[in-house]
Amino acid sequence: MKTTLEITGMHCASCQKLVSRALAKVPGVKNAEVNLMTNKAYIEHEGELNLQTAKKEVESVGYGIRNQQFNKTTIQQVSNQTSEQSNKWKNPAQPEIDPAVIELQQSQHRMLLAWAFATPIAVWMIAEMLVGAWPNMELFNLGMVLLAIIPLFVPGLPTLTTGFKALSKRTANMDTLIALGTSVAFVTGPLALLTDQIANYAGVGAMIMAFHLTGRFIEAQAKGKASQAIKRLLELGAKTARIIRSRPVISSEARNLATEGSAALDSSPAAQNDNLGELEIPVDQLQINDIMVIRPGEKIPTDGMIISGKSAIDESMATGESLPVTKQTGDSVIGATINQEGLLHVKVTKVGGDTFLSQVIKLVEEAQGTRIPIQEFADRITSVFVPVILMIAIAAFTLWLVFPDTFGALTMALQPFLPWMMNTATLSPLSQALFAAIAVLVIACPCALGLATPVTLMVASGLGAEHGILIRKGAALQTMKDVRAILLDKTGTITKGKPTVTDVTVNPKSQIPNSKLLQIVASVESGSEHPLAKAVVKKAQEQNLTLAKITDFAAIAGGGVTAQVNNQHILIGTEKLLKEKSVNLQQLNNETIEQFESQGKTVVHVAINGEYAGSIAIADTVKEDSKQAITQLTGMGFSVYMITGDNKRTAEAIATTVGIKPENVFAHVLPQDKAEIVKKLQQTPSKVAFVGDGINDAPALTQADVGIAMGTGTDIAIESGDLILVRGQLTLLVSAIKLSNAAFNKIKQNLFWAFAYNVLAIPLAFLGLLHPVIAEIAMATSSITVVTNANVLRRTKL
Amino acid sequence: MTLDQLALLATGSGAILFIYWYFFSKSEQAVKASGSVVNVSVDAGYNPATIQVKKGQPVTLKIHRVDPSNCLDQLIIPEWSIVKALPLNKEIEITFTPNEAGEFPFHCGMNMFHGKIIVL
Repeated sequence: MKTTLEITGMHCASCQKLVSRALAKVPGVKNAEVNLMTNKAYIEHEGELNLQTAKKEVESVGYGIRNQQFNKTTIQQVSNQTSEQSNKWKNPAQPEIDPAVIELQQSQHRMLLAWAFATPIAVWMIAEMLVGAWPNMELFNLGMVLLAIIPLFVPGLPTLTTGFKALSKRTANMDTLIALGTSVAFVTGPLALLTDQIANYAGVGAMIMAFHLTGRFIEAQAKGKASQAIKRLLELGAKTARIIRSRPVISSEARNLATEGSAALDSSPAAQNDNLGELEIPVDQLQINDIMVIRPGEKIPTDGMIISGKSAIDESMATGESLPVTKQTGDSVIGATINQEGLLHVKVTKVGGDTFLSQVIKLVEEAQGTRIPIQEFADRITSVFVPVILMIAIAAFTLWLVFPDTFGALTMALQPFLPWMMNTATLSPLSQALFAAIAVLVIACPCALGLATPVTLMVASGLGAEHGILIRKGAALQTMKDVRAILLDKTGTITKGKPTVTDVTVNPKSQIPNSKLLQIVASVESGSEHPLAKAVVKKAQEQNLTLAKITDFAAIAGGGVTAQVNNQHILIGTEKLLKEKSVNLQQLNNETIEQFESQGKTVVHVAINGEYAGSIAIADTVKEDSKQAITQLTGMGFSVYMITGDNKRTAEAIATTVGIKPENVFAHVLPQDKAEIVKKLQQTPSKVAFVGDGINDAPALTQADVGIAMGTGTDIAIESGDLILVRGQLTLLVSAIKLSNAAFNKIKQNLFWAFAYNVLAIPLAFLGLLHPVIAEIAMATSSITVVTNANVLRRTKL
Repeated sequence: MTLDQLALLATGSGAILFIYWYFFSKSEQAVKASGSVVNVSVDAGYNPATIQVKKGQPVTLKIHRVDPSNCLDQLIIPEWSIVKALPLNKEIEITFTPNEAGEFPFHCGMNMFHGKIIVL
């Protein structure tokens, strides 16, 4: 039995996993799949599903089940749907309010409340500085204290509690600095009411808090913007799908119910199209092998294969490809892409978390968890930052108290240039010492240091995803700048990986016709997954040749196969292999073979009962943009190498067409030796990037300093590789390199500014040259700048 | 230099030394994972901050952030490439099976609050 539940509160891939694990614990549940994009859980279970237990399990991991369910097979439960439940179905994918949004709102409220009091404080304080205390000093001091209470202790309370609690646990963070700075400032207020030895900084404290909260709010907003790309991906999917259910799969009652469900949804014409066998259902109800009907202009609801129809499909949202792609029967399509022209019938091949879009989101999210080596230094600093700042603040306070004249002289000298220093020279030494110490506390900014790298990585991976470049490991961004050698796999990377048979020659003595040879070879190869084998089978099918039955099929290491066809022993393989098997190759026309090979064709030879029978030439077309991309790469200063299993002549012919030097070709390489070649190049010494389609080159991808896997359209569940190119185009590699370089530069820039800011600002504050409020403004600005600078990366042209 | 000044300097230096001692020389009691679940409360730091687990045994950290400061809204375990958002007042689970003995530090988004997982 199957049940679909709506889950609330999920916001990331890990939530998805948690919920599905929690549901799996419910007795009777065989399988629970959770879709993050639609907030639905699909549960397969034996007997009735115990909703109470399910609810309890889901709640135990921190999520909820919306009080409704839709059961596909049990009539009773569905008919019990309340009106509230069917209302719910009007928005099948209505999103839960994101907790991050709630927190953002809260921080906005805090900021506004703080300013409601900090603004009059600022006006009053500036007036006091320029004109003098109004109406008199006592009332001014009292007013400051009263006005400061609310901003510090209401919106500022979370900061204060976290800061002091952390301190009590012998650890410290940003909040500790602000909490200390503002509370020391506030305490001067009541003291100033008692003695005129101390200047009143209570208002200053309130303003620091207001600026701190503002900085936090803007920073959170900018962080949200940096993660926007992922959120946009989530919103891409279609909400409903129109399907033709094959009648036996669903009983008439159940179908009526399902139609009721969609009728409640809305009274769209599709819902009444039932007599045509069409049915509109929420996307999350789709099952594998359902047939979807997609009209022109509609979004393709999920990944599938076209079973009838032909259309141009806009895949830009998935692969970054700006031109529509023509697809027809037999081609795969990606969910969330747009059917532009024709009516398509598409068989569902993937649903839920397996779809292309879910995979992209998962990869992008996982990449956020990876670390970039350059960050380690920053991390080492931030981990001791706050205690060190506390020590510096105490040092400032002590030295100002001990040597007020020495420090004061500097302030006096610079006073004309620093308008905020007007009255400070007249202050008591204690007040001046406090002034410097508070400034040190609030200006120090580890936030910028801590944010510099992760925020940039987030923006870069979002930008990449939009262009069809997926960053799996952040470290690749840093390594890429040292890569000098790029090793390209031939098949599927430089060429299309879809070889076709171009020529068939036979041994003139054997007297078998070309078609017969092709038929025999195709029969033998029909069971093989090798691209060359597929090419032969395809050619035979095109010529309407019937394949014969084969027995004793065996693959020979070193590139060949044998089998029995019609009691004849067939051997197919390279020239070397046939020689090894002592086949007489005298009748082999070397000239013709050489000619094929110099055209970049791969030639396989056939022996029947130990006699050479003929050869088949197979060519793999070079991708349209390979040459352009390789020229660009060479122009960027990379040495480009090619690796292939083909023989030298074939390999060099292909290399020359795309502009790779013949000496940069590694031919005759068995798939398992690719990693060895990468190692060899790494000894040159140079960092090496390997680009392959990820099918049989996983060890090479791992061995390379940067492994780049090239997707082939719909499948990106590639386990190895640091970067993934969604589209199988080499020009995308150029973009990926540009993206890496731009992102890494941005990280360096951000780290530089974050360091420079602290190195310059802390001594100024120490010397008492910065007003605490100005220090706080500078501090808030610095983290905002870092985040904003990362967002600028979005403008990079790829 | 007057006596007052000397006294002040000495007090200041003492305070700085105290800060150093206070933050950098604390020793922590490791909390052993009882069973396969460890509850970690996030409130101005991690409690417990030192977690002891056994190699090869799957363990689940149930992390509950009650501290409103967004300083603590992320948990990072760098060596395992784990980065988790910790929404306020919501229990987040991290399940893993440590395959390697050693100390694995974790920290907040900005590396200010620290803790570690000791795998024995």
